[in-house]
This record gives sequence, C-alpha cells and structure tokens, in this order.
Amino acid sequence: MEIPKSFLGYKRENGRAGTRNHVVILPVDDISNACAEAVANNIKGTFAIPHAYGRLQFGADLELFFDTMIGTGKNPNVAAVIVIGIEPKWTKRIVDAIATTGKPVEGFSIEGSGDIKTIMKASQKAQEFSQWASEKQREECPLSDLWISVKCGESDTTSGMAANPAVGNLMDKLEPLGVHLCFGETSELTGAEKVCATRGSTPEASKKFMKTWSNYNDFILKEATDDLSESQPTAGNIAGGLTTIEEKAFGNFQKIGSRKFIDVLTPAEEPKKGPGLYFMDTSSAAGECLTLQAAAGFNIHLFPTGQGNIIGNAIEPVIKLTGNPSTAINMKEHIDLDVSKILKRKMNMDQAGDELIKTTIRVANGRLTCAEVLGHKEFIMTKLYRSA
Amino acid sequence: MSQTDLIIHDEKDNVAVVVIDKTTKNQDCIGWIMENDKTIKIKSNNEILLGHKIALQDFKEGDTILKYGHDIGKVVAPIKKGDHVHVHNVKTKKW
Repeated sequence: MEIPKSFLGYKRENGRAGTRNHVVILPVDDISNACAEAVANNIKGTFAIPHAYGRLQFGADLELFFDTMIGTGKNPNVAAVIVIGIEPKWTKRIVDAIATTGKPVEGFSIEGSGDIKTIMKASQKAQEFSQWASEKQREECPLSDLWISVKCGESDTTSGMAANPAVGNLMDKLEPLGVHLCFGETSELTGAEKVCATRGSTPEASKKFMKTWSNYNDFILKEATDDLSESQPTAGNIAGGLTTIEEKAFGNFQKIGSRKFIDVLTPAEEPKKGPGLYFMDTSSAAGECLTLQAAAGFNIHLFPTGQGNIIGNAIEPVIKLTGNPSTAINMKEHIDLDVSKILKRKMNMDQAGDELIKTTIRVANGRLTCAEVLGHKEFIMTKLYRSA
Repeated sequence: MSQTDLIIHDEKDNVAVVVIDKTTKNQDCIGWIMENDKTIKIKSNNEILLGHKIALQDFKEGDTILKYGHDIGKVVAPIKKGDHVHVHNVKTKKW
C-alpha cells in the first residue's frame, strides 16, 4: 500500500497540528469542577475536564500535576482554553504556560467573587472562544504532524498475536516518515525489561530505560505486601489465557515492532529529540497512561485490546483494535478496527498494519472514534504520593 | 493460506496458542509457526479455550516455557505434550 503523505488537521499557532478542535474548560482543582461544568453547560462547543486533585500537592507530585494540566492545555487538539481555579496564583501559572503556544487562553479565580459571578464572566469568554474555534478549518498537514501514542489494555494472548504486532507494523512503516511515537507502561514491561533495554537507539537511552524500570521495581518491592501476582496478570488477562507477567510483557512489547527508542521521557514530558519512538515512564492503568501521553503533546492514540477495554481520553481520540474475534462481535460498539482475521490466516501482519494506517488517517481527518461517540472522556491524574 | 487451529510465534517456542473457539480432547490440531510459515501437527489432550496455550513437548518441574522466543516462566507441575499450559502448571520467575 502507498502510504498517504498527509492528513487534514487544524494548524496551530506554534506550528503543531491537531486532529481535533476542542475548546476546553479546565478546572485547576477539585472544588472548581462545579464552576467549570456550569460554564461548559452554558456554552455549546465546549466541555469541562473535571478531576479530583490540585489542592495541597507539593514537591515532585505538584510539578507533575502542573505538567499534566499545562500539557493538556497546550496539546494541539485543543484550540482554546478557559482555566478556572479557586486561587489566582496556580490558575495564572497554568494560563501563562498554555499562552506560550499562542492559543487563546483566559483564567478565572473563584475566591472573593463566588461561583455565580465566575460562571458568568467565564461563560462570556467561553462563548467568544467557541465561536472563534468554530471557524477553524481543517487543512492539509504532512503525516509527520501526527504524534501517535500507544498503550494496550485488557490484554489476552490474541493481543500478542494480532492487535499489538499490527501496531508494531504501523510503527515500522510510519517512523521513517517522521512521525513521533510513544509507548509507556513501565510495570507491564516487567519480565521483558532486559530485552526492552536492548532496544534503546543509544547506550544512554538503554541505560535511562533500565534506571527508570529499576526505580519502578524498587517501589513495587517496597509497597507490595507480597508480590504483584494478584494483580499482574489481572484476572481478565488470566481468563484470556495469559499465564505470567513475562508472557504479558513480551506480548505488550510487540507494539513497537522492530523500532528502537531514542529517549526515555518522565511522566507527561514533551519529547524534544525530534521524530522517532520514545518510551515514557507511566503506570499501566490506561486512564493514567493516556492522560500523561496526551499531556506530552501526542494527538492520536492507538489502543489494542484483547478482552475489551473501553477507554477514551478527554482530548486525544483513542482508536481501539482487537484480534479477539469474540470481543470484535460482543463489544462491537467499542472496536474501531477488527484484525481477528489474522488468527484465521485470512489477514497477514502487513495487511493489518495497512488497515490500521488507513483507520488512523481517517480518525486524524475527523472520523469520530467509538470511544468519542460513546462519550468516553477519561482524564486521570497520576499522583506520586498523598497531598499535604 | 489455509486455516490453522494453533499459532506459534517463534520457531524456538515450546508452546502454541489456540486460535479456534476451543480444542476438544484428542483433536488433531494444525499449528502455524508465524516466524517461518511452517506447519506442525499435535494432538490436544484437553479441551483448551481460544487464547490458551498447549504444550508442544513434555516438561518436567523446573523447565522453562518459551514464547515469542523468550523465557516466559517456569514449569511447576509435570506437563505432557498436548496438555493445557496455564497458571496451574506454570509460574513467573519474577517472584
């Protein structure tokens, strides 16, 4: 198949391109969710991203909170942002950082004026942003404007046989075209960590990976009451035929094809070494992982599933594919691409990779994913430790 | 390409994955080795569900299971060629 050279995206002020044109109402903290949701209810063409944190966080946990919030606002899938927080200081920090992209952003703080006046003022600005964004047109963008993140979930043995290697085949074909790629799931590479480390493109990248994985493993050994055998593999994984965490890890690892990663990112860190594959240190919980990848600037996501994970994301369209024929039938409304024909030898990996590229470009051009149509807008903060 | 009952990722693998709804006791199964496109035959000793593994050889306790050409765990109960391979006879080497 000849791979298309471009897709139709929204060109942003900072040179990036979005696959979506969201106007987001971003609450800084848990107690500002009500206000943000009221604004989103008032003003059509906007939506709020409520979450549970943003109060009394400190140190590295606070920095990760800011990176997540700011990165979400900066993502090219977001056209404009209203930020609402209880206090002006943290609100301003988020507004100022998002403003460096050149996109419209305005902040409001509730303390001293209350919800109702804040809702009125923020709604007026949100109306302006919504109508402004509605006139943005999709334009031809080079394929290299795609930043593709990947993560698998509710995996079974079909994930390692069909859906994950299909993603790997896509990576093998798109990486030479200058696309940014990102995989994560530090914990779920356990068992394959030594093999994964050999896939660093430089000795530094390999070393950085092993250090990241060891830090994670030390944390597990410190916190776990016995080991991870009750949660890794999960009951769903075992029902699907996965026996050990090593088997799960090698299946997971098929997602990067024969690519090598050029750098290891901290959670929510924006890649800075140009096009290519990056590894990001993330949890393997889908909501947390995708939120971090979106905050790092990735604008479209591929999610292979075996038993049928239903995850979406607030700002990144999430394409789900499965190699499990039962899931493809029984959970049809969640599956954007069925590659189960691989198991019957009626489709080879080359064809599956091509089908996935076609689906990815259709979604990049604007086709709604199953998760978007079903209203999945998961936004889950990664918390490093409890707040003060 | 003809249909297959089992898929084997790598030539070195000593287990295969069932890709039909289930195998039945004493069913003669066809296995496809993805890496080199070869075909093998093996008799299933149990009913084994889609996505679950079947042993391609006899194993004794302490042996290593290979899938994707890599070590995915250790045998903790004897396994006969054609048996169902899962959490009842294989464990992680991690913990």
